[in-house]
Amino acid sequence: MTGNPVTLLAFTLFSLLLVTAALGPMLVPYDPIASTPTGALQPPSFKHWFGTDQVGRDVFSRVVVATRLDLIISVSAVALSFFVGTAVGAAAGFWGGWFDRLSGRMLDTIMAFPLFVLAMGIVAASGNTIENVVIATAIINLPFYARVARAEVAVRRQAGWVLAARLSGNPSARILYGRIVPNILPPMMVQISLNMGWSVLNAAGLSFIGLGIRPPTPEWGIMVAEGASYIVSGEWWLALFPGLALMAAVFTFNLMGDGLRDLVDPQRRT
Amino acid sequence: MTSPASPSTPLLAVDALSVSFRTRSGPVQAVHDVSLTVRRGQTLGIVGESGSGKSVTSYAVMGILDRAGRIDSGSIRYGGFALETASETVMNSLRGREISMIFQNPRAALNPIRTVGDQIADVLIEHAQATHQSAREKAIEALRRVRIRDPEQRVDSYPFELSGGMCQRLMIAMALACRPQLLIADEPTTGLDVTTQRAVMDLVRDLTRSEQMATVLITHDLGLAGEYCDDIIVMQRGRVVESGPARTLFTLPRHPYTQGLVRATPHRARTVRDLLPLGAARESTEPVQSATTGRPLLDVVELRKEFPRPRSLANWLRREKPQPFEAVKGITFQVGAGESVGLVGESGCGKSTTSAMIMRLIEPTSGSIRFKGHDIALLRPEVFAQSPARAKMQMVFQDPTDSLDPRWSAARSIADPLVGLGIASNRSEIDGRVERLAQQVGLPLDLLDRLPHQLSGGQKARVGIARALACEPELVVLDEPTAALDVSVQALVLNLLADLRASLGMAYLFVSHDLEVVRLLCDRVLVMRAGEIVESGETRQVLLEPRHEYTRALLAAAPRPPSSAPARPRTHATDAPEIVS
Repeated sequence: MTGNPVTLLAFTLFSLLLVTAALGPMLVPYDPIASTPTGALQPPSFKHWFGTDQVGRDVFSRVVVATRLDLIISVSAVALSFFVGTAVGAAAGFWGGWFDRLSGRMLDTIMAFPLFVLAMGIVAASGNTIENVVIATAIINLPFYARVARAEVAVRRQAGWVLAARLSGNPSARILYGRIVPNILPPMMVQISLNMGWSVLNAAGLSFIGLGIRPPTPEWGIMVAEGASYIVSGEWWLALFPGLALMAAVFTFNLMGDGLRDLVDPQRRT
Repeated sequence: MTSPASPSTPLLAVDALSVSFRTRSGPVQAVHDVSLTVRRGQTLGIVGESGSGKSVTSYAVMGILDRAGRIDSGSIRYGGFALETASETVMNSLRGREISMIFQNPRAALNPIRTVGDQIADVLIEHAQATHQSAREKAIEALRRVRIRDPEQRVDSYPFELSGGMCQRLMIAMALACRPQLLIADEPTTGLDVTTQRAVMDLVRDLTRSEQMATVLITHDLGLAGEYCDDIIVMQRGRVVESGPARTLFTLPRHPYTQGLVRATPHRARTVRDLLPLGAARESTEPVQSATTGRPLLDVVELRKEFPRPRSLANWLRREKPQPFEAVKGITFQVGAGESVGLVGESGCGKSTTSAMIMRLIEPTSGSIRFKGHDIALLRPEVFAQSPARAKMQMVFQDPTDSLDPRWSAARSIADPLVGLGIASNRSEIDGRVERLAQQVGLPLDLLDRLPHQLSGGQKARVGIARALACEPELVVLDEPTAALDVSVQALVLNLLADLRASLGMAYLFVSHDLEVVRLLCDRVLVMRAGEIVESGETRQVLLEPRHEYTRALLAAAPRPPSSAPARPRTHATDAPEIVS
């Protein structure tokens, strides 16, 4: 891992994110919810590094504390779509037949919608909760995992070592999920890293338009949404800093792709 | 660019060429001090095993080394013109018009969505040999020159409508379209059937003579080079170890590596032991074939496999089912206990389908497969996977790399059937059996923890064989077990297989395209063509007095090196005329 400087940078940034998410509330100088009307809309200073918002909350504290929520939403959404998508796609690629056709058309149906609009619809219909934001994000990401898994499994289905595993008396399900799926992890990891970035953006996007997380909970998307109207009047810090945090998180996840792939690739081990 | 003048001067002269590649772990020298010359109307063979630098040498000549590669020293003279310092513009005008190249795997080198004629026309127009009006006529003429039948029709077909041999002839047609002076053929027939190989190589040789070209043939097959080349250079680890006229090289190989290669090439007059290098293993006695009891172990009756074809529009309009493709057309044969039977045929003849059906990897359409008296074709696959017969019939696969799980260590792969079939369950028993198996197949015990990519081709082949033997099978199906291996490794693996059968007494069904390899290992041979067995009998009889014309064609197509004398090293080698490169 240390052989590649980009990977090293990515994992350093990622551990920074994790630490922030874990210890965020303990690190910040102010209560992220408490408002002080007298100190509203102050520009960045030594006292308030990222300034204060329209009700006088410290923007820095809110950006740091929001990390945990945004990370939880994106990680659990990605995990959900990874497990379900891989299981479905791998089965479709391995057995083919009616299951392949049925699952394929269902995924096509998901893909036929503009994905963000679909996520909006799901959250709006099923209720405005964090769980539903996670589920909606997972559903719109599902087709990507299922398709990659299906293609990667299909090319390995007739490989010599898979046939050999059948001759060794292994049942099909064990061959598929115990042998083939671990071998398709490298390309899946690249997919995960891209998807993590999208999921963060998606969760933030949903709260930006008022779905999912509600104020005053600190969340990057809401903060950008609330701060957006103040940019015209010159209070740029309200939207800029949560926006930068969002960008940094997406950037980190995308950088991690190659590193994650190398981590699960046996050929990289010595 | 003027063409080289006098025919007596070499067309291509490479002198002391060294090529290295930049890698993460520093520069790697791929070619060391290689010299060679080719004259018009002559064919030079560059022979070597994988990684010997033979392809890199030709890429340096063509100026198509990839970015990491560079020529460190030496000169490449094409008709007196220095290629190693030529600019990319000059090389571009030379490539295709003066120097052409044909590659392995012709199908991959052709554009799948354009017609054959268009692709040839592209080359002609690019090099100003034809105009858009005359291109089609010239393309037909080029096809005729490489002996493609009905060129007027073929010119409009797509690559996928042509066989592998036709595609390679097409590549040759494109390579020769601009009448180049020098043709470089890099493994042009690897992956082609032996009869197709003969047709392609005959064509290359005839064109070399009639067009007065110079041809460089790069191959791993010493036999092929021996038959078609005037001069041969043998490369090992980037160096030329021996060079000279083909005949001399075969009859009097001087370098130990060449001697080993000549010896390891399967040949009519040799036994499986003759293939091995001189030394302790060589001196051991011929493996004694265990007497066959005559009790049939495997009895295949009227076995048939049909694959459905996709329904065409015409089928759909007439509301009929398309005629299925018959891969195996009702074949019947037996394998006795302890017997070794060869199943020989060219690609697409149904031999692999047959072996997969016997192993119950694919479902037969009809027919019976009796193994030790029980018809296993009747069992459903899930039932068969758990039946005792499953452990008694195992398989060694074609490509050793492809047949091992990339994430599993050698030991784990070998233990897989023991665990999966419930033969051994506790840890220490499994470890003990794996170690014993590794010893049987000659795999050093310290390699057992390694992953497949950390093993060599021969070691991977041994792991695959050990896995097949783990359950002490009575029948082992060997599906081209040496097709992906270098000839010296093939020699070791064939000997291992012969020894294992002699000591363990199981039966082999040896599936191969290579009659010479089958001859070394098998008591009986079945020759398959287009889903049918056309000839069967004792190996010796089939090979010496083939009755069916197809068997005769197969035997005739195998490359014949210049000498049929067994390649024993000559002690009087010093008397041989000095060969200078």
